[in-house]
Amino acid sequence: MRKYTPKDNVQKKSYYTDRFWVAPRVPSLDVEAGSHFDNVVKELSKSVSVKDAKVQIGQLRIVINAKDNFGAIKTLRDSCGYKMCSELSAVDYLAQDGEFEVFYQLLNLDEAKRVRVVCRIKNGEAVESIVPLFKSANFAEREMFDMFGIQANNHPFMKRILMPDDWEGHPLLKTYPLHGDEFASWYEVDKIFGKEYRDVVGPENRDPSNVDRYDSQRFSRVGYEVPFAAPIEEGNEQENPIAYSETFMVDYTTGTTTLKKRK
Amino acid sequence: MQVTNKLTPFFENLNFERDDNTMVINFGPQHPSAHGQLRLMLELDGELVTKAYPDIGYLHRGIEKMAENMTYNEFLPTTDRLDYIASTANNYAYALSVERLIGLEVPRRAQVIRTMLLELNRIISHLFFVATHALDVGAMSVFLYAFREREFAMDLMEDYCGARLTHSAVRIGGVPLDLPKNWLTDLSKFCTKVNHELEHTYEALLTENRIWKMRLEDVGILSAEDALSWGCTGPMLRGSGIKYDIRKEEPYELYSELDFDIPVSDKCDSYGRYALYMEEMRQSVKILKQLIPMYGKTEPKLMAHAPQYISAPKEEIMTQNYALMQHFVLVTQGMRPPVGEVYAPTESPKGELGFYIKSEGEPYAYRLKCRAPSFFHTGLLQEILVGTYIADVVTIIGSTNIVFGEVDR
Repeated sequence: MRKYTPKDNVQKKSYYTDRFWVAPRVPSLDVEAGSHFDNVVKELSKSVSVKDAKVQIGQLRIVINAKDNFGAIKTLRDSCGYKMCSELSAVDYLAQDGEFEVFYQLLNLDEAKRVRVVCRIKNGEAVESIVPLFKSANFAEREMFDMFGIQANNHPFMKRILMPDDWEGHPLLKTYPLHGDEFASWYEVDKIFGKEYRDVVGPENRDPSNVDRYDSQRFSRVGYEVPFAAPIEEGNEQENPIAYSETFMVDYTTGTTTLKKRK
Repeated sequence: MQVTNKLTPFFENLNFERDDNTMVINFGPQHPSAHGQLRLMLELDGELVTKAYPDIGYLHRGIEKMAENMTYNEFLPTTDRLDYIASTANNYAYALSVERLIGLEVPRRAQVIRTMLLELNRIISHLFFVATHALDVGAMSVFLYAFREREFAMDLMEDYCGARLTHSAVRIGGVPLDLPKNWLTDLSKFCTKVNHELEHTYEALLTENRIWKMRLEDVGILSAEDALSWGCTGPMLRGSGIKYDIRKEEPYELYSELDFDIPVSDKCDSYGRYALYMEEMRQSVKILKQLIPMYGKTEPKLMAHAPQYISAPKEEIMTQNYALMQHFVLVTQGMRPPVGEVYAPTESPKGELGFYIKSEGEPYAYRLKCRAPSFFHTGLLQEILVGTYIADVVTIIGSTNIVFGEVDR
């Protein structure tokens, strides 16, 4: 029977996990009363509903509703001094919950504190763009769209950024294979040769570690070197043993016999 | 979308010659001053840039995707290929975020070596910046002199780890090797040399150079508000008068024990940034000089002791059965950090470099996001270039010090 592989997550999995393995968790602490983060949570609770606020590894992680993202980040910027959005992106949880987790990493330069605002959206939903608040979100949101297909509403230029404009599929989805899908294997072939040459050229091999035993265009075997692009599928490889140079064996301390012979 | 191939090539939907005085030009991706693979589309009115559109992705290798398919230790050499001018900074940023996720204490000797390597890399990267920036602007000789000293620094890196560009000299939990014999002597000689060359060669050639000043002063002005809004970090942020260095504000490794200054420039232009880079090299030398005596006072332990995550030292693996079993599991299956997420910012030579790692308790990271400073500095180009002259475009790109390995990832 063919081995079952889940279709909703095609990323590499551990080949063995102990039955009784329980993964430990990073300590997730409550916000200390009176601390800077406590003030942040209080300030934020005035305008938006804070679903959860925990301190993980020195940084505050605030969970909010996705529709509040603009308001929450605006409050953080204007009232709490978080003047820089250092990063934003998403995490794919489509296989588990059918949702994306979008996070915004904000920095307060005066207090040297960092806050991560997290919200969840369903597949196909969009988030509100925060470009009016932070221009750094311009490229970051485009990258999020490129990698996950999450649109940002009211973004000035919602276009692919890293992948080509005519690419299909979003590479960081868990359903997207590491070496690319069907579309990816024909993309360059179509670009360079044209669609009509698909049969001649064949799909692109996108696995850099792939070694084809019978591919005499790209690989050669020591001891069985054959002419470039020679057909060797039928096993008609000529054995071609390596002949080592005789000079290697010469003992220079005794006599000059080899040299004499050469003269 | 037009279907393109060799016979029907792809013509951008751009009017290169327009009725009015505007023209669209394509800068890169093969332009020697594009610092790798930057494609800029510029709309010009005469010589004035009226629109700029940076197009990136020509070096995209899907490193974040690869991280989801590699164990934590497997991924570390891949981080070399992000900012390939200062690989150790990437290795370190990655190792730090995994260590914070696990909650690991690194031995002191490893900390000293790591801090030394980080600062040496900062000098390597800054020398590269000065060299290429000067070359872009037209000062050929600085390029040659700066690359000479950079070679010496890379020789030091080679003596330590065997590689010159892709170091992988930092491991999760410590460093793999102790310093070789005479390395510290060589390092102190190098420090003296760099300090001397800084004053007598680079600054002597550039700082008061009339042409250099004309090309850099009041070019690429970036206000403090814009720097914050665009997510600029490192010398770009400090060049706009904001004193924020992660080494000081959110210290990691030994930076809290070291005495160094954070240079700030409030001129907001390319010249101010250039001066910052020069001063930062001096501060790096100062840090290195303080680290040399610290090395001797440390225990000779290099890797953290955490059998669940880190393999034991080799002599233990070769003599003790349990250490061998642990090592076997860690190599074949990979370590399993706790469930949770971490974002660990570090001050790389270019700015804030941090790895966001989301772990689900598996040997493979569930999501890894590399926050690369150059990515945001490239985004800035679409605004900072508008209103400048075409001759200054190269100066501004050089001044942002972007490296495409980490822009495209």
